[in-house]
Amino acid sequence: MKTITVRYFAMFREQAGVNEETLSLDATTAADVFEHTKARHGSSEPAGHCKVAINDEMADWTSPVEDGDTVLLFPPVAGG
Amino acid sequence: MIRMTTDSIDPDALRRELFDPAAGGYCAFEGWVRNENEGHEVLRLEYEGYEPVAVAEGEKILVEAAGKFPYLRAHCVHRTGMLEIGDCAVWVGVASAHRDEAFKACRYIIDELKHRLPIWKKEHYTNGDSGWVNCERCAEHAHGG
Repeated sequence: MKTITVRYFAMFREQAGVNEETLSLDATTAADVFEHTKARHGSSEPAGHCKVAINDEMADWTSPVEDGDTVLLFPPVAGG
Repeated sequence: MIRMTTDSIDPDALRRELFDPAAGGYCAFEGWVRNENEGHEVLRLEYEGYEPVAVAEGEKILVEAAGKFPYLRAHCVHRTGMLEIGDCAVWVGVASAHRDEAFKACRYIIDELKHRLPIWKKEHYTNGDSGWVNCERCAEHAHGG
């Protein structure tokens, strides 16, 4: 099990009801963390529409997560 | 340079920062808050951004643009917070020796910013509803759909 802090933004934050939470979970990649939180909060947004950062660095869904990492979950962006 | 701000954007001041004796052309893009989106009458827009990653990713985009379309100077500013109709939400300016690089670099920067920066906008409609742009599936869920 790894301790991962997850930060939510925009719609994800509204769905989760919190800005961030620290979870103990069996995750290898960022995608594992995302799937876990989707099940936890009932989201159906496909990962392909979303982005992820780990410890403030943009990452891929296949990027590995380590114990103590902070995973930032970005719903579909809409700047400009 | 790229930055995010909750203050109103001053295009004239930003333009002056781009003056360069070697520049023969300047191109800028301003994104404004529009009163309609996909059939919904929009009252105002609420922008949220995550600055540490947005600035880092924005700097990468400026470097990429310089590699593709060599320019002399480029700036970008993005607003966050509650914006009203007609407010400038994003400003991109590029100065270059010749116009072609300025046009192309400006276009590249704004297109990439829109797709890559962690910035979100919530539309507030005249009927009292609101919705996150590009987040239809999340919205369906939130409305129990």
